[in-house]
Amino acid sequence: MSAASAAVEESWLFGRLTWQAVPLHEPILLATFTASALGGLALLALMTRYRLWGPFWRGWVTSIDHKKIGIMYMVLGLVMMLRGFADALLMRAQQAVAFGDSAGFLPPHHYDQVFTAHGVIMIFFVAMPLVTGFMNYVVPLQIGARDVSFPFLNNFSFWMTVGGAVLMMVSLFVGEFARTGWLAYPPLSGILADPGVGVDYYLWSLQVAGVGTTLSGINLIATIVKMRAPGMTLMKMPVFSWTALCTNVLIVVSFPVLTAVLALLSLDRYVGTNFFTSDLGGNAMVYVNLIWIWGHPEVYILVLPVFGIFSEVVATFCSKRLFGYASMVYATVVITILSYLVWLHHFFTMGSGASVNSFFGITTMIISIPTGAKIFNWLFTMYRGRIRLEVPMLWTLGFMVTFVIGGMSGVLLAVPPADFVLHNSLFLIAHFHNVIIGGVVFGVFAGITYWFPKAFGYKLDPFWGKASFWCWLVGFYLAFMPLYVLGLMGVTRRMNRFDDASLQPWFVAAALGAVLIAVGIACFVIQLVVSFRRREALRDAHGDSWGTGRTLEWSTASPPPDYNFAFTPIVYERDAWHDMKQRGAQRPTEGFRPIHMPANTAAGVVIAGLATLLGFALVWHMWWVAGVAFAAMVGAAIVHTFNYRRDTHVPADVVTQTEARRTRALARLGVRPAAA
Amino acid sequence: MQTTLSPSLPTAGPLSVLRPAAPRFYDDGTHHPPSGTLLGFWLYLMSDCLIFAVLFAVYAVMGRSYAAGPSGADLFDLPLVAVNTAMLLLSSITYGFAMIGMQQRRVRAVLGWLAVTGLFGAAFVGLELFEFTHLIHEGAGPQRSAFLSSFFALVGTHGLHVSFGIVWLATLMLQVRRLGLTQANRRRLMCLSMFWHFLDVVWIGVFSVVYLMGSLPVTA
Amino acid sequence: MTQARDDAHGPAHDHDHGHEGGDAYHATYRGYLTGFALSVVLTALPFWLVMGKGLPSPVLTSAAVLVFAAVQVVVHMLYFLHMNAKVEQGWSLLALIFTGVLVVIMLAGSVWVMHHLNTNMMPVHEMKNLP
Repeated sequence: MSAASAAVEESWLFGRLTWQAVPLHEPILLATFTASALGGLALLALMTRYRLWGPFWRGWVTSIDHKKIGIMYMVLGLVMMLRGFADALLMRAQQAVAFGDSAGFLPPHHYDQVFTAHGVIMIFFVAMPLVTGFMNYVVPLQIGARDVSFPFLNNFSFWMTVGGAVLMMVSLFVGEFARTGWLAYPPLSGILADPGVGVDYYLWSLQVAGVGTTLSGINLIATIVKMRAPGMTLMKMPVFSWTALCTNVLIVVSFPVLTAVLALLSLDRYVGTNFFTSDLGGNAMVYVNLIWIWGHPEVYILVLPVFGIFSEVVATFCSKRLFGYASMVYATVVITILSYLVWLHHFFTMGSGASVNSFFGITTMIISIPTGAKIFNWLFTMYRGRIRLEVPMLWTLGFMVTFVIGGMSGVLLAVPPADFVLHNSLFLIAHFHNVIIGGVVFGVFAGITYWFPKAFGYKLDPFWGKASFWCWLVGFYLAFMPLYVLGLMGVTRRMNRFDDASLQPWFVAAALGAVLIAVGIACFVIQLVVSFRRREALRDAHGDSWGTGRTLEWSTASPPPDYNFAFTPIVYERDAWHDMKQRGAQRPTEGFRPIHMPANTAAGVVIAGLATLLGFALVWHMWWVAGVAFAAMVGAAIVHTFNYRRDTHVPADVVTQTEARRTRALARLGVRPAAA
Repeated sequence: MQTTLSPSLPTAGPLSVLRPAAPRFYDDGTHHPPSGTLLGFWLYLMSDCLIFAVLFAVYAVMGRSYAAGPSGADLFDLPLVAVNTAMLLLSSITYGFAMIGMQQRRVRAVLGWLAVTGLFGAAFVGLELFEFTHLIHEGAGPQRSAFLSSFFALVGTHGLHVSFGIVWLATLMLQVRRLGLTQANRRRLMCLSMFWHFLDVVWIGVFSVVYLMGSLPVTA
Repeated sequence: MTQARDDAHGPAHDHDHGHEGGDAYHATYRGYLTGFALSVVLTALPFWLVMGKGLPSPVLTSAAVLVFAAVQVVVHMLYFLHMNAKVEQGWSLLALIFTGVLVVIMLAGSVWVMHHLNTNMMPVHEMKNLP
């Protein structure tokens, strides 16, 4: 029995939720809440004023179109990036001022929530949704399919991810968040050390989102295996789709581990079991071991898709096919398998001894080799190519330099004796931000700029794109190179203040770097607004937005019609669209048939909403609400299975009209179909 | 899954025979991608495998952490476990017989065998609940030690899966009764078949590692 | 041609080129009964070994139990789950093998790592030796 919960008075309906959970006495939170509430109300008012609720519900919320869902994932990721980055600014500001007698403005219990939230948000609600969004949008188009294998599941997965994010955001205003760091090691996250709601918010937020991610993994694997266009063997598939396949394999085999481990921690907290307690046979080290068995594949889940993005970008902007396609595929597969053999390098210092540490140190060094091979392949692709320094290419060049530095600091950390000095120091922080920002973030921005015209029909303004890039690049180095130095000097992570004032200049530099990144983010937001306003000047009327696209998504209109392809392409070579262009393939302009498409459904958002409610109820010990929510979830799912009519047709004349519009648009650009 | 190259012949005029054959780059509208449901469900089962693997790993590490409390040898009623195993194994072949009925499109055979399967499954869950209640009454609940926590987590998760399977089975029986053995229902029956047999596979691990090995004395 | 199949449409059509997923195998009574018989034997033997103390040492008994379990898993895979290299163009078998490898890595790795961690970090103190 958890003694702590017996101490708090719990009502039968509201559990331990009381008005005291709302932190009215914290000025920062109160200000944030007020601003968010006002902004939220303004948004709701605008939607009502312009009668957007209907189109929003029909066109987006209930949509099972992979393109819409992909865009929604991107919006989620970018919005959460603002929250996660705000946490970063808070930390940098605190650490820049809190030396000696000055305690700064964030006391430890608040600071701890900030760095925990920062990590959880950035990994689970920024990076994961962004890469998932890319894979969702691009993969079906690249393989010549009309949607994913399980469109309803796709919609459901998205809303589950949103549900997890909602639980996280609610924790800011109702209750508190965990103070344990983003992986919530016990016993600090156990019920004795932390009986409050923070860790429970963490657990349920991740469990809800995790279900969505796992299902999405299954979905994309089945899609890539089953729905490739005729003639597209696996070794003719675009590299981005290959990295998507391997990423989703990693998701399917690693996220269940996270689910199980978090469930065991939940059992410890809710039922009083002894998995990770300090007594009755519990062993907190088991948690650390298991969570990193998930955690290491997770970082490859984040980075493999962006490796795929860079492969596409480099080939497109060097007008040259990717060098070493086969070795790229093998490298990706090898990374996938090896990522399961290195996890212990995250806890060399926990005491497993020399033989265990040596084994994992060696495997960690081995896994850097295939990644190195990829870098060489990108460089060889660029060699003697006709390089165009469009914005995606700038991000790619920035990635290549930055990621290599981060990778090298990783190999340094892979040496166990070195890690004994550097573990949990700012050196470690610098390393993983180096690879995540240099890799994932730069890759996301490259991908956004690259595929934006395909998704929305107009390019992003290049000036603001370049401004954003340079601010991010310089800002990143300014923010994190000092941390390498500080780490080597012995400075520990997750501290909200230091006695030694000689460290301050480094922290001030880091804070300036963070401000510069903030400017970069502002440039990105400005870029979105400016591009929208200038969209006619930036219009992509052709579909092959950059002119030198090589893969099938560039054969469609920008944006593609709902059904993607009026006729499924037949593939003969790698870089199928490039091949079609070379051989003078003609776009069909007649003979269109009705196209079978899946129908919209509200079941996804309903069930996910109930799951979110269930999570909230469990956090606050509202057992009756939880029970009802759970029963309703099961009921809704069963009801959904009784719906056998889940599809609709796009009539042939709609297809004909849509395609005719494109034919006319192409004709205006001087592209005419050849005589039959 | 791959179509062979079928060059389309040009259609215009008598001289068209002199034109080189060009490959077709778009299909004629009849291409339908195959269903991914069975593969997708198999992949889900693989992910479920990993959840159980974690629970087995925890049990492997903590299965002897009795915390001076009762051990497996003290608690496990092996004859009862044998009966339970028989229930699950029988339910597996009765589901198999239901699948044979499905192959032969005999709705009543399918419904009959599914019902028997459900009864065996319910017997399994019932016996397990009885066992759990008994253990808790004896003070050997999941809070007593890490060994018992991992026991209840592993065996309980398996039991929960069987329970969900029974709910699904009942739902599917309703759907087959209502709509017959349509292609969608046949696919669902095949998915449940995979699920049901998979649970029996996991049970092999459970009775071997937890009950049988857990009843053996600890070697020094 | 597609009109005839209108009753069973879905976005990813379940035509399967004319077959259901069952074209890679055919379930028979003989198959299930053989599997059942083998499973009964492979279950009864380990139970008898443990309950009747058939083998001299617990280590040997444990090993025997595990071997029987592994064999029975294969029996279930073959006779009940109809696993072979042709189901889903070999993807099912590939997924199974890949999962199996990872499960082995996870189990063996965790046991190895935890054994070392426990040895180094959870020493048993002799009470009389404490200062």
